[in-house]
Amino acid sequence: MAPKIKYESVKIGDALPTITIDNVSRADFVRYAGASGDFVPLHYDQTFVEAAGIPTVFAQGMWTAGCLSRTLTDFAGAGNVRRYKVRFARQVWPGDTLTCRGKVTGKTEKDGEKLIEGEVEVLNQKGETTVRGNFTVLAS
Amino acid sequence: MAIDKSVIGKTGKPFTMPIEWSKVREFARAIRDPNPVYFDPELAKKECGGIPVPPTFLQIAAFWQDSDSMPTVHFDLRRILHGEQEFELYKPILVGDVLTGTARIADVYEREGGRGGKMTFMVTEIEYKNQRGEKVALARSTLIETGQAVSG
Repeated sequence: MAPKIKYESVKIGDALPTITIDNVSRADFVRYAGASGDFVPLHYDQTFVEAAGIPTVFAQGMWTAGCLSRTLTDFAGAGNVRRYKVRFARQVWPGDTLTCRGKVTGKTEKDGEKLIEGEVEVLNQKGETTVRGNFTVLAS
Repeated sequence: MAIDKSVIGKTGKPFTMPIEWSKVREFARAIRDPNPVYFDPELAKKECGGIPVPPTFLQIAAFWQDSDSMPTVHFDLRRILHGEQEFELYKPILVGDVLTGTARIADVYEREGGRGGKMTFMVTEIEYKNQRGEKVALARSTLIETGQAVSG
């Protein structure tokens, strides 16, 4: 699994590829529920969420984190992500448009491996952060 | 409700997780990732030595296990939030691998929240080894039970 990025050519502050997720829909949540097995009813059952006092269903945090992970795999190549951590800040609702982006914040060599570190985030159409995270990927 | 600290360190029965192409492909579609390495086995073999898994794919293991493999504390589903999730990926995980996961409650604690009232946190770690006994990944989840329903 050859690393896709060259350590020497990456600079601190470099941007990762930006991914746009437009028109988030309830179908995304249902599809992710099936793919992941996450059948927490908050994400597909309108009757359940209304009874809990929530206006409508919202995305599984890990669906959004999965969409965001594409910034890492597009940047470093699938299979070269060494660490990925996300924190959920705000719900993602049907109709939202999301921007997934990130940047390089550090470079380090450890145990003979060349590693790139950085931060990523998902913004909604109002510019609010819904998920933020950080990562380590492998370079050559 | 008082929290029960005695569950910290409790370990689940190890579970088997075969890495299957149809599941990987379905997951990639669900997160809207069109990367051909998840869909074209020939290309994946050339680029990655096999079909890799998306970075968050192991999350699915958490939902398919028997309760004796997933030690937990009782949380009210209407008040549950996923606070944080971390994956440490040490070695490649490819379609055809058979992983063994062992879950453990790493921590349980309470904190005063804002709007949500008192919050209870549970940190679970699942360690994965492959069929060669190599440690390939660690997944660390933080779940939160809020004092009130999680309205937007």
